[in-house]
Amino acid sequence: MKNYKLRDYHGASWDEPLIMEVGNKGERGIIPPWADQEIREAVGDAAGLMPGPMLRKSELKLPELSQYHVLQHYLRLSQETMGMDLGADIGEGTCTMKYSSKMHELLVRADKFCQLHPLQPEKYLQGVLEIAYKFEQFLKEISGMHQFTFQPGGGSHATYTNACVVRKYHESREELKQRNEMITTIFSHPCDAATPATAGFKVITLMPDENGYPDLEALKAIVSERTAGIMFTNPEDTGIFNPKVAEYVKIVHDVGGLCFYDQANANGILGIARAFDAGFDACHFNLHKTFSSPHGCEGPATGAYGVRKELAGFLPVPVVGFDGEQYFLDYDRSDSIGKVRSFFGNLECVLRSYAWVMNMGEEGLRMVAETAVLNNNYLDKLLLEIKGVSRPYAEGKRRLEQARYSLEKLKEDTGVGSEDIRRRIIDFGIQGYWLSHHPWIVPEPFTPEPCETYSKKDIEYWAAAMAQTIKEAHEDPGYVMNSPYGQPIRGIKDYSAIDDPEKWAMTWRAYKRKFRNK
Amino acid sequence: MGKKPFVHPYIPNSVPEIREEMLKAVGAKNIEELYMEIPEQLRFRGKMNLPEPILSEYELKRHVEDILSKNTSCKEYLNFLGAGCWQHYVPAVVDEIVNRAEFVTAYCGDTYSDLGKFQTRFEFYSMMGELLNMDVVTEPAYDWGTTAGLSIRMASRITGRNQVLIAATVGSDRLLQIKNLCQPPVMDNHITVNLVDYELKSGLMDLHNLKNKISDKTAAIYFENPSYLGFIEEQGEEISRIAKEHGALCIVGVDPISLGVLAPPADYGADIVCGENQPLGIHMLCGGGQAGFIAFRDEEAYVAECPLQLYSITETRKEGQFGYVEVRSEKTSYGARDKGKDWVGTSSGLWTIGAAVYLALMGPQGMREIGETIIQNANYARQKIGEIEGLKVYFKNTFKEFVVNYDGTGKTAAEINQALEAFQIFGGKDLTGEFPELGQSALCCVTEIHRKRDIDKLVMALKEVLKK
Repeated sequence: MKNYKLRDYHGASWDEPLIMEVGNKGERGIIPPWADQEIREAVGDAAGLMPGPMLRKSELKLPELSQYHVLQHYLRLSQETMGMDLGADIGEGTCTMKYSSKMHELLVRADKFCQLHPLQPEKYLQGVLEIAYKFEQFLKEISGMHQFTFQPGGGSHATYTNACVVRKYHESREELKQRNEMITTIFSHPCDAATPATAGFKVITLMPDENGYPDLEALKAIVSERTAGIMFTNPEDTGIFNPKVAEYVKIVHDVGGLCFYDQANANGILGIARAFDAGFDACHFNLHKTFSSPHGCEGPATGAYGVRKELAGFLPVPVVGFDGEQYFLDYDRSDSIGKVRSFFGNLECVLRSYAWVMNMGEEGLRMVAETAVLNNNYLDKLLLEIKGVSRPYAEGKRRLEQARYSLEKLKEDTGVGSEDIRRRIIDFGIQGYWLSHHPWIVPEPFTPEPCETYSKKDIEYWAAAMAQTIKEAHEDPGYVMNSPYGQPIRGIKDYSAIDDPEKWAMTWRAYKRKFRNK
Repeated sequence: MGKKPFVHPYIPNSVPEIREEMLKAVGAKNIEELYMEIPEQLRFRGKMNLPEPILSEYELKRHVEDILSKNTSCKEYLNFLGAGCWQHYVPAVVDEIVNRAEFVTAYCGDTYSDLGKFQTRFEFYSMMGELLNMDVVTEPAYDWGTTAGLSIRMASRITGRNQVLIAATVGSDRLLQIKNLCQPPVMDNHITVNLVDYELKSGLMDLHNLKNKISDKTAAIYFENPSYLGFIEEQGEEISRIAKEHGALCIVGVDPISLGVLAPPADYGADIVCGENQPLGIHMLCGGGQAGFIAFRDEEAYVAECPLQLYSITETRKEGQFGYVEVRSEKTSYGARDKGKDWVGTSSGLWTIGAAVYLALMGPQGMREIGETIIQNANYARQKIGEIEGLKVYFKNTFKEFVVNYDGTGKTAAEINQALEAFQIFGGKDLTGEFPELGQSALCCVTEIHRKRDIDKLVMALKEVLKK
């Protein structure tokens, strides 16, 4: 590996007090509009218009600061947040931390979008409906599916929507009582297990076989007339594409179940493989991942959910239609699951995604997928050269857009685990990586995903930062365990707040009550 | 583009020489080799029918702007639509902060690299805690409807009961969301949803009907304040007392912008409070500004059943300095998959940042004043519209929305709304499909953004429309 000069990064450290602890009584940050005098004269005091017992009696203890000081406080806090625009976020596998065009933000902020009310008559929403309709046509091409909804407000919300659609499908066939089992796989996202459970299904989880694929023989043994469907992803978090995916689908179809393809991570297969062609009945895309909408401190997000023709009637209402002249909202769907979210979902994500696909075109989308896979193979090669890093399962097989590695050997040799390494690498000016969802089937895991945004040098830098941190772990384990060093705060003193009702404080008022007797 | 290699500004490694170098390094002759694990029958070899790309940023911007120009925004027309997404003023400082690249592009960084994100969130929980008079506030979910449903599921687990009573004045879309979360009757863990009647005159919950329907199987009573139909449910204390008598929880959905003036639901006995952050400094975004919250007392039984993520402040190794840790993450779906409490996932995080800035700017004075302005403006509109011959205004009182009935005009709500468009006005939401018992009615929303001349214009337009 090339010898990279690693940055001696120091995050902005303002030592910024909590906003509740600053300011002065009487200061204010803004003056809201007051009712016009004639209105005040006409209706009298606001309090007199409300039922007396329902008026607020208790003092409202919000901060009192001038506008400058509110701005300054939150600017400082923004500086104490890394954001992928600043620190390469190659480590957050399954999240596809790609560049989001700044131009798209200008479109979202324009009055012609941000000042729209979702209940305006259709004829005044023609622009945004056109974008939604056309983007839906793009997704149909990319997935092979027949119809999409953008109502789900995140990837997990799309898997929940799928569970509701599967439920309604079996209910419409009067088989729901019997078909109450949903199958998923352990390397699929936790929401593929959790959301069908919320929808009322008994969840059965397939474990991996010795090669890391969901166990096909086990699947054959558990499917039955009780099977409602299967929800899984491919490639899974391990990055290994399952070549037998169509067989899994057939096994579930043969017993009357429906098959859902969790495509939160489609970045490596755009234009390469389609959910429809593998036999799936439904799939989803995370527009805040694959389609470049930014992650925004965990949303707003969109889990665009698409289905085959046979399931289209079950989608939430409304769906967007086009009669050749006008775009319209179609609420007339008797089999619909109803609503999973108010209005149409986060159309700002759809707007950005539309612009992104228009910028990429077919050739560009393939270039995205191929580059994501090439980047990952390149990082893979660099990481496997580092002592203490291993990559379980499917030896000799190529990973697609991400891979799951293990630092088990490092932990055995030095006592330094993956969480310690994660804390230390941020001192080199890159974001901490993603480990793995629970349970950790792969011990001491980490899961990078160097999507198409990152340059060859970015990838080499990231691998070099890992190599350096692991070297430090071998030389001085305590140094890594005590990290980080260049961040606005040092280590957490006491982790008991995680579990102890006496110690946790989810608001400042709770903290003051517990620790300051106020 | 001709035959020139495709090099995209968002893809540094689209430069052919770099690709060749990288391919060589990974021991592959071509990209195709990297996809060797995908069997041929699953490979897509067709052509996606996508438009030719618009490569220049300028032309792409023009292209999308041209499409968006077909919209008519609430800056061009005078808007009286609300019903869950409300037009309030968004202070410039809020926009300044939520558009910071650090916040827009942050995701899962921890308390060290993303301290500012965690501190801003904690300040949001803390300020909401003051507004709500509750000690625990969650990370956001998708919207109010989601948090209403999740709160009901929480109550069901806490009480071990599987029936819920919901005020019949709840909006139909929210009810559809709740019913999805409560599952169909054939499922083992189904929660039965029963609606409690309301008094047609006042809108208030019919307590007699409530007493008839509540039982020792009732997990919770859910109602809203201000209600979907705009009036204040002033029997909060009585409703929560009835709930407690039967061992049920009282869940109240709330519009937080009302709480500078109105009592927080905790003060009249709510056990769980949920609602919508959008009024707190988030643009309407055609419905893309929604974000729900849940709040409750600092009690372990509630924390244990809360599906959404909770973060605690805690001390660091430096005296007086704080960091943030997730409380009982093992109970969430991230920690326990299908054995967790419902699910969590990416939802509406950026709006937490915006709402924090909003509450800090507003402070106690701003929150009180904005509530007062909304109440005065809305009641002025209510009064003036009520004076128009043939129109009736329903229910006892009004926070920012009220029901206008058109039955006496011989016109439908749809016809009147359509006629208002000629005056460049978006009239209130047509309620006829949703609440047939209210006849031809619309839900009219007035906020602090409306000036007297705006309301007078609506009144004038209505009079004109009714003349015809």
